[in-house]
Amino acid sequence: MNEELVLSVSHVSGGYHEGGPFRKGTYQEVLHDVTFDVHHGEILGLVGESGTGKSTLSRAILGIIKPDQGTITHYTKRPQMIFQDPYSSLNPAYTVEWILEEPLRIYGKYDGPERKRRVRDMLKRVELPEEVLAAKPSELSGGQRQRVSIATALIQRPRFLIADEPVSALDVTIQAQILKLLRQLRDELDLSYLFISHDLNVVYQLCDRVLVMKSGRIVEQGTVEDIFDHPKEDYTKQLLAAAE
Amino acid sequence: MKKAKLNGYLKAGLILTAILTVLIILGFFWTPYDPEAMMTGPKLQGPTWQHLMGTDKFGRDIFSRVLRGAGSTFTIAASVVAIGAVCGTAVGALTGYFGGMVDETLMRLNDALTAFPSILLALVIISILGPGKKYNVIVALGLVFIPSFARVTRTAFAALRDVNYVKSVRLMGASNGRILLVHILPNTMSVLLPAITIGFNNAVLAEASMSFLGIGVTPPDASLGYMLSEAQGMFVAAPWYALGTGITIVLLVFGVGLIGEGLQRRNGEVA
Repeated sequence: MNEELVLSVSHVSGGYHEGGPFRKGTYQEVLHDVTFDVHHGEILGLVGESGTGKSTLSRAILGIIKPDQGTITHYTKRPQMIFQDPYSSLNPAYTVEWILEEPLRIYGKYDGPERKRRVRDMLKRVELPEEVLAAKPSELSGGQRQRVSIATALIQRPRFLIADEPVSALDVTIQAQILKLLRQLRDELDLSYLFISHDLNVVYQLCDRVLVMKSGRIVEQGTVEDIFDHPKEDYTKQLLAAAE
Repeated sequence: MKKAKLNGYLKAGLILTAILTVLIILGFFWTPYDPEAMMTGPKLQGPTWQHLMGTDKFGRDIFSRVLRGAGSTFTIAASVVAIGAVCGTAVGALTGYFGGMVDETLMRLNDALTAFPSILLALVIISILGPGKKYNVIVALGLVFIPSFARVTRTAFAALRDVNYVKSVRLMGASNGRILLVHILPNTMSVLLPAITIGFNNAVLAEASMSFLGIGVTPPDASLGYMLSEAQGMFVAAPWYALGTGITIVLLVFGVGLIGEGLQRRNGEVA
C-alpha cells in the first residue's frame, strides 16, 4: 500500500443547525475534533454505535453539511456513496439500464453508444447478467439491487467511495458475496473506501484499518490486527466484547 | 411499482371515459343536426329515433346540442386542470424541494386562497376579467385550481427530496432542474394522477355551476352548464332536455371518478 492520500480530515467539528424563519434556531454539535486520513487503495472501516456521528461524518465528507471548524481535503474528484437500503437507492420509475446510464448522461462527455458500452462493462464487473438491464428495480432481489447501486456509484469512475452500512440490510450469504465484490472492485478499479459499519465482523473481514468512533470523537485508530487483537481503549474493548 | 394491473374501477372508468371522449371528439366535427338550427323537427318532442334526446321549444335537436356542449365543457375542464396541474406542480415542486422562506411564503398564500370557497374566488376573478368569455372562465378556474395541486405535490416532492436515489444523483452532479423533472416528478405520479382526475371532475362541476348561474359560458358558445340553465326554463314542457344534459354531466364525472378511484386503489395495493 502506498502512502498517497485520497482524503484528509483535519480537526473537524460540526453538526446541525435547526430552525426556520419562524422558529428559534438550535444547534447540536455532533462531531468533535475529528482527524484522520484515507490512504490510496485502502479500505478504512468506521465503527461505532448508532447515533455516534458516523453518518454525519460521511455527510460532511460529501459536502452535504459544512463543518464549523477544521478542513476536509479531497485529493480525488467527486467521491460517491453506497447506501444501506438497496430499496431506496434506485429510482423505481426507471429501468436498470436507464439508472446506470444516468450518471454518464449527467457527466455529459460520452455519446449514446459509448454510454451503453460503459454500462455493459460495469454490469460485468458487478457480475450481473445483461437481462437485468431491462428490469425495474422492484423486480430485483436485495443483493442484485445492491450490485446495481454499486455499479451506479462506480460508473463515473470515482476513486473514492463511501459505503454506509452497505451490507447490513442483506442476509448473511449475500453479505459475503457483496463484500467479496467490493474487495475485487477495489483491486480492479484502484479504489479506496470509507466503510461505515456497526458490524465488527464485517469490518474484520473487509477492512485494512479501522477508526473507532464514540460520541462524535475518534477514540482509537489503527490496523485491523491492532484494533481487534490489542485494543487500547475501554470503549473498543466493550464493542469487541459485544460483537463476540 | 409492481407490474401495473388494471382493476375493475380503472377498467370501467377507462371504457366509459373512452366512449364519451370518442363521442365528444365526434361532436366537434359532426352532429346529427346543426346544434343551433331551429325547427329540425317538431318543437318540444320527446326522444325518438330521429331525435335521441328530443327537441327543445325552438325545435333544436338536443342530442346535437349535448354533443357540442359536452365538447365545450370537456375542453374547459381539461384546460383548467392543465393550468392547475402544471402551475400547481411547479409551485409544489419548488416549495417542497427547496423549503425555507419560499416555502413558508407560498404555502401561507396558498392557505389564504384555500380559505375562500373556490366558486366565490372564481366569481371574483371572472368579475375582474369580464364575464361571458370561454377563455376567462378557463383562466379564472385555472387559477383557483392551483392551490390544491400545489399542496398535494409539495408533500410528495418534500418526501422524495432526501430519498437515497435523489441524494445519489445529486452527488453525481445532476442539476436541480434535472432532479426535479427527471428524478422526482415521475415518482409523484401516484399522487398527481388521482389529483388530476378529482380536479377534472371539480372543474366540470364548477364550470357547470358558473354557466348555470350565467357567469360562465354564454351563447353562441354552449356548455352543459349553460344548457342546464336553459333547460330549467322548459323543465315541465321538455324534461328530456334537463335529463339528457344532466345525465351527460353525471356520466362524464362518473367515468373520470372511477379512473381516479381505480388509480388510488392500485396505489394502495402496490404500497
